[in-house]
Amino acid sequence: MSDTTAGLLQVGLLLAALALCYRPLGGYMARVFTSERDLRVEKVIYRLVGVDSKADQRWSAYAVSLLAFSFASVVLLYALLRLQEHLPLSIGMAGVDPALAFNTAASFVTNTNWQAYSGETAMGHLAQMGGLAVQNFVSGAVGIAVAVALIRGFTRSRTDRLGNFWVDLVRACFRILLPIAVVSTVVLIASGVVQNLSGGTDIATLAGGHQTITGGPVASQEVIKELGTNGGGFYNANSAHPFENPTPFTNLFEIFLLLLIPVSLTRTFGLMVGDRKQGYAVLGVMASIWAVLVVAVTTLEVRHPGVALQAAGGAMEGKETRFGEWASSLFAVSTTGTSTGAVDSFHSSYTGVGGGLLIFNMGLGEIAPGGVGTGLYGMLVLAILTVFVAGLMVGRTPEYLRKKITAREMKLVSLNILTMPLLVLIGTGIAMSFAAPRASMLNAGPHGLSEVLYAFVSASNNNGSAFAGLSANTDFYNIALGLCMLAGRFVPIVLVLALAGSLARQAEVPRTGGTLPTHGPLFAGMLGGVAVIVAGLTFFPVLALGPLAEGLA
Amino acid sequence: MTTPVLPAFRHGWAGLRMILVMTVILGLAYPLAMTGFAWIAFPGKADGSLVSRDGSDVGSALIGQSFTGRPDYFQGRPSAAGDGYDPLASSASNLGPTSPVLLADVDQRRAAVARLDGTPATEVAPDAVTASGSGLDPDISPAYAAQQVDRVAAARHLDPAVVRRLVEENTDGRQLGFLGEPRVNVLMLNLALDGAGGR
Repeated sequence: MSDTTAGLLQVGLLLAALALCYRPLGGYMARVFTSERDLRVEKVIYRLVGVDSKADQRWSAYAVSLLAFSFASVVLLYALLRLQEHLPLSIGMAGVDPALAFNTAASFVTNTNWQAYSGETAMGHLAQMGGLAVQNFVSGAVGIAVAVALIRGFTRSRTDRLGNFWVDLVRACFRILLPIAVVSTVVLIASGVVQNLSGGTDIATLAGGHQTITGGPVASQEVIKELGTNGGGFYNANSAHPFENPTPFTNLFEIFLLLLIPVSLTRTFGLMVGDRKQGYAVLGVMASIWAVLVVAVTTLEVRHPGVALQAAGGAMEGKETRFGEWASSLFAVSTTGTSTGAVDSFHSSYTGVGGGLLIFNMGLGEIAPGGVGTGLYGMLVLAILTVFVAGLMVGRTPEYLRKKITAREMKLVSLNILTMPLLVLIGTGIAMSFAAPRASMLNAGPHGLSEVLYAFVSASNNNGSAFAGLSANTDFYNIALGLCMLAGRFVPIVLVLALAGSLARQAEVPRTGGTLPTHGPLFAGMLGGVAVIVAGLTFFPVLALGPLAEGLA
Repeated sequence: MTTPVLPAFRHGWAGLRMILVMTVILGLAYPLAMTGFAWIAFPGKADGSLVSRDGSDVGSALIGQSFTGRPDYFQGRPSAAGDGYDPLASSASNLGPTSPVLLADVDQRRAAVARLDGTPATEVAPDAVTASGSGLDPDISPAYAAQQVDRVAAARHLDPAVVRRLVEENTDGRQLGFLGEPRVNVLMLNLALDGAGGR
């Protein structure tokens, strides 16, 4: 079988698996978030925590609950990392330094999973499973909760209530993420991913050397790392490590997991707004961008332009033999199009333009198909911008899903769209202005700029992957990127919740002959165009100085 | 939920209790239950697919080892993990596609591999001159394995056909016929070689 046929069949199997799960999972998630009933175990949790599950919250209360939960999460995780040497199951790991502990806590609570540490030498088992993996669950659930709250903004009218954050959080964790995680962990363990509590086994190698075979609860963490679009690897090499991702099958399964919920949530959206075609339109845009990038990046990797790659005869630097160029490119586009940031190959060694496309994929705001929840609400914000642009063209007040888009909504949307680019461009600008941050670059010339740009794009979009040549474990990068992660996560969340509150207060406007239909290919095309143009205008200049300059050199 | 003052404090207190409950269920119960399941159902795989010979472990089937300086063994790929194949330092090189450092590395590796295997420099397989993503890649391409057969056979005074057959036996095709890439597990191949006699 030719490489191309095998590669295409691989993509085909992935798409078939996602298509098979789309309806049942999307429908199930819609029922989870519209059901009135609490499970018995959930009632116990609400009682332990002391919250009223029947209270319907205003957007502001929803936001305060969310921020309070996230703040408590940062504090607890920071404490766990600082104190791990005094806690059990830490296999001799020292406490984490303050700046790195702050960076890591911010990173995992914001669903970024940027890692300025190396897992095998910095994190004990308790920090991994009791700290980092817990955030993998709950930060994903927070994203889903915000998306659901925004959908309620469209479906409810003449109310200031958006639902209950605690209920949405608990249901996302225990009815959606945990059951899928348990089943998937079994699949990964059966495929060879390690799952134990060993502190490492020393062995004498065949050629007379020594090796430490590491251990840990890897499979249980690997699953939620992909499913919750988190991306923080148990090991430094992330999903390139054979213990996290031992076979081509586990590789495709992990790609499937990281796309599963973002894709299926568009079905949930369609069902909740009572028009499944609205969901298809959004999914169509996500899938089109993803498909174009898969084709482009794979083609570039297979042709491997770049003087060092040409000399090697293939783009295998930073790639594993079992995955090769096809499966690695598929993973790379999927991980940068969601907020995952897990990697099965190292993006810094991708072709110049291929690496640039991965940065652009994140620069779109991670909407192809985006992180769990974040992809959907990111796309809906762009949809509102699109109806606004369309409204300007024909001179009508824009509407989306039977809600008027007024000046207030547009202000919130604009602030939302501006947040991430401001963080990225100002952050990169500051880093490039000082000698110390510049000294962290591994590669010289345009590729060095790409390393720094990638870091700020990744942090501000809560992706977490890296052009890992950058020595990011310095006080400057730990603090600057930590702040970018927090602002890049919570500023848009608060704005989206305010937007949801504003939409929920409105009365529904009746559909008329002059209403722009938002479920057809025309609208989907415009939405894709707006997404690409906004990101293109924002990032083209800096991409031209970094990856494009390298790719065209 | 009726305290009128300090609503932020009340939310924060609930948030702290919520994350503690989540930690107990998702951070302890879930991973420990999965570990227990793995221990019962898949003990070998869950412990890292360890391979033993004469009763002692000699490595993991999933983790590559360094065979540098041993022409009688098949060689793995260049590794950026510590001093080479160090599982405590898994890493890629992260060198860019136009990096002069990578270019020099590739040229130097190509010359060294060509000299060792007696193959023309232009025919050296790409995976022989590039460092993997993890630095622990257990596999090489069938092309790189084929290129090493004569050298290994000569070093072990074995018939090259015997070595070629062992390579074939330790070659995995694409999973299901189309997933990933065909590959040869270097540690398993070298173990089989040690069992094949010769010298």
